Amino acid sequence: MNTYTRIVDNGVNVEALLGAREALAAAPAAAQFNWRASCHWVNGTHSRCEVEQFHGLGEEQARKRCFNFDADHPEIFAAEDNGATPVEYVLVGLASCLTAGVATVAQNRNIQLNSVRASICGDMDLRGILGIDADVRNGYSGIRVVFDIDADATPEEIEALVAQSQKRSAVYDIVANPSRVEVEVRA
Amino acid sequence: MNCIPANVPGVRRAAVVVIGGGQSGLACSHYLSRFGVDHVVLERGEVAQAWRSQRWDSLRLLTPNWMSELPGWAYRGAVPDGFMMAREVAGFIQGFAAHCAAPVEERTEVLRVEAAAAGYRVCTDRGDWLCYSVIVASGAFGSAHVPALAAALPAAIRQLTTADYRNPAQLDPGGVLVVGAGASGVQVADELCRAGRRVTLAVGEHVRMPRSYRGRDIQYWMQRCGLLDETWEAVDDPQRVRRLPSPQLAGTPARRDFDLNALAEAGVEIVGRLAGIDGATAQFSGALPNVAKLADLKLQRLLQRIDEWIADHGCEAGEIERPPSTAVPADSRLAVNLAGGEFRTVIWATGYRPDYSWLQLPVLDAKGMPQHCGGVGALPGVYFMGLPFMRRRKSSFICGAGDDARDIVHQVLAHLGRPVENLMLA
Repeated sequence: MNTYTRIVDNGVNVEALLGAREALAAAPAAAQFNWRASCHWVNGTHSRCEVEQFHGLGEEQARKRCFNFDADHPEIFAAEDNGATPVEYVLVGLASCLTAGVATVAQNRNIQLNSVRASICGDMDLRGILGIDADVRNGYSGIRVVFDIDADATPEEIEALVAQSQKRSAVYDIVANPSRVEVEVRA
Repeated sequence: MNCIPANVPGVRRAAVVVIGGGQSGLACSHYLSRFGVDHVVLERGEVAQAWRSQRWDSLRLLTPNWMSELPGWAYRGAVPDGFMMAREVAGFIQGFAAHCAAPVEERTEVLRVEAAAAGYRVCTDRGDWLCYSVIVASGAFGSAHVPALAAALPAAIRQLTTADYRNPAQLDPGGVLVVGAGASGVQVADELCRAGRRVTLAVGEHVRMPRSYRGRDIQYWMQRCGLLDETWEAVDDPQRVRRLPSPQLAGTPARRDFDLNALAEAGVEIVGRLAGIDGATAQFSGALPNVAKLADLKLQRLLQRIDEWIADHGCEAGEIERPPSTAVPADSRLAVNLAGGEFRTVIWATGYRPDYSWLQLPVLDAKGMPQHCGGVGALPGVYFMGLPFMRRRKSSFICGAGDDARDIVHQVLAHLGRPVENLMLA
């Protein structure tokens, strides 16, 4: 019988992640991260967010460069459409978090991915944010994600990848569960 | 090894002190006696106390009677496929204690265990014991765990745990929110619903399991295909499997299923994990479809493994009939108002934890849970018994006590050094 080792490369350094998991289990203080963005108003509903610094592993950290994100609203909202709407950024965050999770879990389970596409949509009843009906919530009434995945694995294994990715996803947890949000004003 | 100091007034001595007179402690006692090791079993109440006092009236064992086995002691009743009531389990264990003439000191509460010359001092409300070795067999499910957000519940809501719950009549009239969908949560939710209560069940990660599969009890197949004997060294992540909730299973005479589909059909409202309490609003997670999916996938893998084992061994079995996927309600509520009168009671079915506050030795982790390798504690001569998946998947089952006790007693013998007869204890 032939035996061979399958080389799987999804571009995820699982050894480094597992090493980090072990190291952070022993050093909970280093596991405390603080993620940041700053947002300044440009004009109308147009704003620009910058992401650069964060705190983790016990010290200040910086990205390779500063990332910029323009947010605005479409023209049907009488806006200039200079960027995605904030609620679309939520979809972006969720889809990219789940997709990164799929790649990581697949690498850890020795499954080669050939292609992954997450299509995400959220339903919203505008009567909420417009204050027309107090029984309608402001946020999404529901979010749906559809994954199209081509991988060297059975359909059950692919389903399990996606389920595990949700279980370990930060953004999925933030969206699905309540989080405390504090807003203060500096005069 | 140094000798335990002799002739300390009022202090008794034994090579080994076993704390807890349930199936785990008694199984250890059986093997200690067999190897001629001088020991005592300290029990705070009567033998099998937890089975007499700690759960609700209708509780039955999750495993069929024929599986109830301890070393040299087995179920001999008329209903091998039935499920014992808790008091019958107590009787079964008491019979075992008598059968092996276990040296049990009943009504003896351990107040403290501390290091002493050559070993340990076990302080009780009926005097102290000095010993070389301690086996902590006081049970892994002693106190109900209640999450911190319980403190945020409105005062008008009556809270109790599955350790306090006895029967539906004990509750105030009105709706009940049961939090947690392990074996305890689903059984209590089902019982209340059948007693005519409006019941909402908050469901986080759970383990789905049918009572029967291919004409046999599910536990029969798990035992036959070696799953119950699987060791902690054979699984990828023992810490993870030790934290798994108990399966959604009950031992009813009708062999009913207790999965979410069965509960929903009985009229229980299924919602996501209780994720937060904001004023009078209880918020439930929107992740219910995923936890149901995870449980379905795990169940199918279990059944697949059983099917493969049956095929490989040419075993006689019924037709392959896989349970349907969990039908997650599309419109499950994400929030309920706890002040609106719909709910009068919240029952916490959020797991049990051992209480080791009396164990003043550096053998526990930051959360007060034992640090151990297959029951061998972090200090020489300290051992645990009866913890979930301690040495095997069946470790916390009655039928798992024997094998674990034999292994642990071998460790004790190595610690004491043979021959045991040479230990001067007088």
